[in-house]
Amino acid sequence: MSKQALIDYTLHLADNTLILGQRNSEWTGHGPILEQDIALSNIALDLIGQARMLYQYAAELKGGGATEDSLAYLRDAWDFNNCLLVELDKGDWAKTILRQFFFSTYQWYLYLQLQNSPDAQLAAIAGKALKEVAYHLRWSGEWVVRLGDGTEESHRRIADALANLWPYTGELTIAAPYEQSLAVAAIGVDPSSFKNEWLHKISEVLKEATLPLPPDGWMQTGGKEGKHTEHLGYVLAEMQYLQRAYPGAEW
Amino acid sequence: MCSPKCNTCKEPTRVLSGSEITMSTATDISIQKTWALLEQVNDPEVPVLSITDLGIVRDVKLNGDEVEVVITPTYSGCPAMMMIEWEIKAQLVMRGGFSKEKVKVTTVLSPAWTTDWMSEAGKEKLKAYGIAPPLPTASVCDINLFAREEAIQCPRCNSYHTVLVSQFGSTACKAHYRCEDCKEPFDYFKCH
Repeated sequence: MSKQALIDYTLHLADNTLILGQRNSEWTGHGPILEQDIALSNIALDLIGQARMLYQYAAELKGGGATEDSLAYLRDAWDFNNCLLVELDKGDWAKTILRQFFFSTYQWYLYLQLQNSPDAQLAAIAGKALKEVAYHLRWSGEWVVRLGDGTEESHRRIADALANLWPYTGELTIAAPYEQSLAVAAIGVDPSSFKNEWLHKISEVLKEATLPLPPDGWMQTGGKEGKHTEHLGYVLAEMQYLQRAYPGAEW
Repeated sequence: MCSPKCNTCKEPTRVLSGSEITMSTATDISIQKTWALLEQVNDPEVPVLSITDLGIVRDVKLNGDEVEVVITPTYSGCPAMMMIEWEIKAQLVMRGGFSKEKVKVTTVLSPAWTTDWMSEAGKEKLKAYGIAPPLPTASVCDINLFAREEAIQCPRCNSYHTVLVSQFGSTACKAHYRCEDCKEPFDYFKCH
């Protein structure tokens, strides 16, 4: 395992949480009701908190003056290793909820393994975040059921979200070269190792939500290696604007 | 005599007497004294709790005139951590007699913080403040949906006839409840 693989892996984990945290924070002040606006904003905060810990670690590994801020604010789209799922537009409430549920289920099984990593920092971050992910998973899963098994409109909306998002879920459990390299070294987790558990949890909840599990099909990939959809550029343009326009600005 | 007052709450601030200042040279402050100083640093989000009540101070190390305070965040994204770090430094410099360069605050992530580390005194203070204290760790890591809700006692009327409004409250560490007897909404410091 090369040091570069560990850096890429840590950045991949960090980018996933930062981009989804940023996407979720678009709902702050716009949630359907106050309590759920607060819930999603809390989840965004947890994700950005995880991103900070991971970027701090990546910066330490990288050296050469890198900081958590330079990694978050001064890299361009092709430098980001996040999965495509997290960068997609937030859509309606159903799409945001379903995406969160897919992602939290993925994080749950990932961190369950990663908390035992011999890399002390990755293990500590995973162990810390796991408790938060349990809340995210319960909350988003319960909403998937409410929407799917709710009104005609809520069912239609989440069924549409499922059709839209499903082709982006495969990438979560398809290992990128750096993930394979870290899994071989027993430092990181090969996400294909928990594909069945992920699918089992998803099937169970979709069934309760009266939503049919989509059939196997072609899956979009590339995000983990810097090949992104058109959506990521918009996220970065908004998120990085201040540091790009006023380098080093602080408050 | 006009004593100095706090800019925020307008209460008089405590001024150290001469003997206290002499005693507060860095070398003879024991670890216990440092802990006692940290007991006076409050959480900025839940100001009724000190950082030691909350259980986020994990260790205090003294080495000559240097002091290192080891803290751990409650939640990954807790926005109060930076403020807490500043307050620890200010307290140890202003009340502990340490020089600014000799106070180090280190953050550790493992073992992950749990509400089990909250002191009993802290739990009582929370309740008196109107926030239901955390139960002993229960179903936190359970990912099953629609799990039976924990029975949380209303901090105002002590009724257990309460309902969960949202697992996510005004800060990351709190959930939002409502009492069905006295009809008051309240925060629950959720177990973690």
